[in-house]
Amino acid sequence: MTCRRNAPRFLAATLATSLAALAPAFASDAIVDAQGDTVVVAPGHASLQKWLLPETAPSPADNVTTPERVALGKKLFFDPRLSGTGRSSCATCHLPERGWSDGYPKSIRFMGEVMTRASPTLVNTGYNTIQQWDGRSPTLEHQAANGMSATGSMNGGSEKPVTGVANIGRIKGYVDAFERAYPGEPLNVATLAKAISAFERSIVSRNSPFDRWVRGDATALTAEQVRGFRVFIDPAGGNCSVCHAPPNFTDNGFHNLGLMSFGEDNPDVGRFKQRPVALLKGAFKTPTLRDVALSAPYFHDGSARNLREVVDHYVTGGQVRSNLSPNMRPLALGPEDRAALVAFMEALTTPTEVFVYPVLPP
Amino acid sequence: MRPLLALLTLAVVSASAQAADFVVDQKGNQFAPRKLSVKVGDTVEFRNTDTTPHNVFSLSAPKTFDLGAFTKGQSKKVTFDKPGVVEVECAIHPEMKMSVEVKD
Repeated sequence: MTCRRNAPRFLAATLATSLAALAPAFASDAIVDAQGDTVVVAPGHASLQKWLLPETAPSPADNVTTPERVALGKKLFFDPRLSGTGRSSCATCHLPERGWSDGYPKSIRFMGEVMTRASPTLVNTGYNTIQQWDGRSPTLEHQAANGMSATGSMNGGSEKPVTGVANIGRIKGYVDAFERAYPGEPLNVATLAKAISAFERSIVSRNSPFDRWVRGDATALTAEQVRGFRVFIDPAGGNCSVCHAPPNFTDNGFHNLGLMSFGEDNPDVGRFKQRPVALLKGAFKTPTLRDVALSAPYFHDGSARNLREVVDHYVTGGQVRSNLSPNMRPLALGPEDRAALVAFMEALTTPTEVFVYPVLPP
Repeated sequence: MRPLLALLTLAVVSASAQAADFVVDQKGNQFAPRKLSVKVGDTVEFRNTDTTPHNVFSLSAPKTFDLGAFTKGQSKKVTFDKPGVVEVECAIHPEMKMSVEVKD
């Protein structure tokens, strides 16, 4: 009788205990993120799938990615004969072993002159909808053609791309490869740029521990990295995903981060030169964060030596606040949250095999 | 106090009387609609319903404007006073584009 009389109470107590155990879990695992979506921080959860990238980067109708085009572009990417001087190539500033950047705070051009900005990574650039730190190229093809002409990038100048094209056009291996990749199309700056773009679209990172965790592998991230992800997407935490948005960790947008360099005389105004709108003075494109651990130093001016310094900068809310992005504000993040953010960003690296450099046609 | 109150009330009424002829929403980093046809003198209200700030602007000759950054729930109005096609963008998110055709 006693047992029977107490059974409802026991059940109620058990239910209450269970609910109490569950309630905090639900409450703490769900976050309304910077995009306004309710996200449940659990491996494989449906609300996280927006962070996954398509298997291949999209390509334009007149330059659909094919293996022949990628192979040709890979050779051209590493070939200095494409440059006006014959002494620099795309790989001068975009090295596969340096996260497709170059490891310098600001790139070093031919003859040792320092350029004005850091070399942006090429990882996942094919998924981006606008190219270069200031967005002056709407497409990869436009950027590649520009790069061949730019004095800084390929040390060419107005006449030099012609030299590069002529150089390539005299090499039988390239002429044959072009015919296979772009049958019936002339070998010129436009098709050279197409081939290089096809190769760049193949530089993809989408199988990092984070990606595997999003797909459902609960062991792919450490507890600290999961904590870092929470901080990353929480508007009241790091608020990082307001700009480093899904799926490619970029909003393809432009922001003034309040870096010290913006306070210097005649600072680099970035996007403002392309679009003279007040907010864009000193604004630069949000880079992807996939493989970010491989491409130090950071920011367009290379002013952060490591990811810890990047996080510390954001915690301050920016040092030069005369034209800050509206997304910037000081962050109340303690040492553990800061460390967790760095740990999370380190979980965005896709393990890669040793990169095999191409054999260039003689 | 009463004349002042009346004046304030009149000001509020006047503001609401200048209600926009058209509303363009900013949601999911897109303008909606992406094309709009208006008449000279019409007012368009740009409303942000995204959680992220946007900065609507145009550098087109018939109407150059910069509304600055504004956040969710806020809106700003533009009166189009000359005929022509006005290309509108978000400064922060250049994928956000729309055009307003202003007719005589």
